[in-house]
Amino acid sequence: MQSHFDLFGLQPAFAVDEVRLERAYREIQSRVHPDRFAHAGDAERRASLQWTTRVNEAYRALKNPVQRASHLLELHGVDVAFETNTAMPAEFLMEQMELREALEGATQSKDLGALETLQKRIDGDKRTLEQQLGERIDRQKDYAGAADLVRELKFLEKMEAEIDAAYEAIE
Amino acid sequence: MALLQIAEPGQSRAPHEQRLAVGIDLGTTNSLVATVRSGVATVLADAQGRALLPSIVRYCADGRVDVGYAAQAQQAADPKNTIVSVKRFMGRGVKDIDHLQNAPYDFVDAPGMLQIRTVAGVKSPVEISADILKPLRERAEASLGGPLTGAVITVPAYFDDAQRQATKDAGRLAGLNVLRLLNEPTAAAIAYGLDNASEGVFAVYDLGGGTFDLSILKLSKGVFEVVATSGDSLLGGDDFDQRVFCWAVEQAKLAPLAPRDMRLLLVKSREAKEHLTSHGEAPITARLSTGEFVDVAIDTETFCRITQTLVQKTLGPVRKALRDAGLGVGDVQGVVMVGGATRMPQIQRAVADFFRRDPLNNLDPDKVVALGAAMQANVLAGNKPQGEDWLLLDVIPLSLGIETMGGLVEKIIPRNSTIPAARAQEFTTFKDGQTGMSFHVVQGERELVSDCRSLARFELKGIPPMAAGAARVRVTYQVDADGLLSVTARENTTGAEASVAVKPSYGLADTDIERMLRDSFSHAKEDVHARALTEARVDGQRLLEATRSALAADSALLAADEKAAIAARIAELEKVLSGADHRAIKQALDALNHATEDFAARRMDQGIRRALAGKQIGAL
Repeated sequence: MQSHFDLFGLQPAFAVDEVRLERAYREIQSRVHPDRFAHAGDAERRASLQWTTRVNEAYRALKNPVQRASHLLELHGVDVAFETNTAMPAEFLMEQMELREALEGATQSKDLGALETLQKRIDGDKRTLEQQLGERIDRQKDYAGAADLVRELKFLEKMEAEIDAAYEAIE
Repeated sequence: MALLQIAEPGQSRAPHEQRLAVGIDLGTTNSLVATVRSGVATVLADAQGRALLPSIVRYCADGRVDVGYAAQAQQAADPKNTIVSVKRFMGRGVKDIDHLQNAPYDFVDAPGMLQIRTVAGVKSPVEISADILKPLRERAEASLGGPLTGAVITVPAYFDDAQRQATKDAGRLAGLNVLRLLNEPTAAAIAYGLDNASEGVFAVYDLGGGTFDLSILKLSKGVFEVVATSGDSLLGGDDFDQRVFCWAVEQAKLAPLAPRDMRLLLVKSREAKEHLTSHGEAPITARLSTGEFVDVAIDTETFCRITQTLVQKTLGPVRKALRDAGLGVGDVQGVVMVGGATRMPQIQRAVADFFRRDPLNNLDPDKVVALGAAMQANVLAGNKPQGEDWLLLDVIPLSLGIETMGGLVEKIIPRNSTIPAARAQEFTTFKDGQTGMSFHVVQGERELVSDCRSLARFELKGIPPMAAGAARVRVTYQVDADGLLSVTARENTTGAEASVAVKPSYGLADTDIERMLRDSFSHAKEDVHARALTEARVDGQRLLEATRSALAADSALLAADEKAAIAARIAELEKVLSGADHRAIKQALDALNHATEDFAARRMDQGIRRALAGKQIGAL
């Protein structure tokens, strides 16, 4: 199976050239999108639907750091094992528990300012982790070691979604 | 097929070859039809020169159906048989409708979608909507001078699968070839974007008669990319009328009203609302059937006060869409106002305050959606040469999920995913010898199945008996470019294709559509036949044309024997096309489609290779 990177003519790497990725995505979409085949025969419409779906999936995966990293590790035979491997460094877990408590507090007191502070904190943590991931994957080629970082990043992503949900609950 | 159709530079399709395509805005309050003529999108008016068709249908005892102004004139006299704002009922059950007691209809709680009992029989919202679409189709055909190749029908971006499916069904029932369901804010963005050659991030604030949408789009070099959409499919201008109505009832100390008085006072309330757009005060006067005379006046301040919560209610989805897009107010370069309800000054003010900039109002908020839809229909029909067209990337507004143990939802396709999108999942059997599995697909953001909307339940049957956990069933959920879901399943260990019956919880089965189509013809058989034949011929012609231009462009991708096989199928289809047997045409059509499958896939691969080659050259 062709990798997501191959599909867009990119070198497989965690550091992805977003401008090139977007340009390739749009180039391909402009040729395979169902809007181009709205009055074509069934065979072409089906092929168009399948390709567009595939291209959208690959694009979404490459834009998202967790999915991009997981895909890269998979290409190198490493399973991130989100479901089965839940071991995390104690320090990281402690921190996450504190953040979660802060989130609960902010939600209960409907404190939008506190939510914003939390969000900024998570943003910063994510950026740091992403830098470390780039280092681990692209330079050190330590794919097994990268898996731990990917799981941590996924944790932060979940936290981010919970912050969004809290905003909605408050508004 | 527009993609690989390569014409000489400067050479475009001859005028007589222009395919007749329209965009239809099927609105809660008004509907419109528009088309592109000589490169300019225009709304088509009726014989009296009126662009809007009120979305009102009246069923009479003698079988006559009045639509639009004629029905509007009778709405207070015959409220039970005159259906207004039917869009609110699309894909909805009785329990979903707020203010049910304020609607003068005789509702029938049918499984799935509610129905309304009229003197002409029980009508589903799909049939009523089709009755609105039919005169629009006729108007377009009379104006353009021929049968339509296809139509783009717009839907609120926040419509779920059931509401979309119902809209598409209504289009089919009205005899339209629905090229695409297009989201209303996206249609408006097309009209604005192309008009102003805009680039950057835009928000579209679309408050219609019954629905509210907020979409955030990125516009750049001919690409319209929706990055997030949000809204409320049960919030619109109607609710403002309702507030005024309730206020008037309270002011005039009226007892519960008879249906016709209710309708009358609602109409007066709406008029007062519209009057307040440009005046400080509006009178509400009405002579009720009880002999009572209502005479109250509402001023701007009161109107703003009683509708303040509604205005605030629209800002929640605005914030949500911005968060989903990962953008702030400062990133938005322009806010496009769509829908008649955005004329209300308090809406304009609230939006200006929120975005800290004056909203854009330079296109008529009632027409902009139909205009954009017409432009898109023109592209989909293949009337635009490559290079002059654009690419539209839209999203699914609500997450799709399936029910798991304990009534919980597992998300399979998250909201704001670019469509088409798909997700495959593997399941296994729980018991030895188990031959079936049942699935429940829901739409919504909540964690509990009971808080989401049920889309479909289906059973997978015919799994070969095996030990528990041995079967591998792969279920694929596909959302197409209309935002509609389809499900397929396959048992992987034996390769046996298991059958899937998707039972729509809402919406209609294909057999219902057929029945309604049959019912809509007075002399059932011949008409159904004639129609099937016409449709088969149109499909056949279209496929022949598409195949020929594909061969003209890319026959190099085929070996000699493959070319001969396709040529033979073309000849067969040509032979039966002039005959009167629609089944023979359908068969030949399917055969040609089948014969071109590999060719289609190769052309698509080639398209991608060329796209990447082009990009790399461009990047150097």
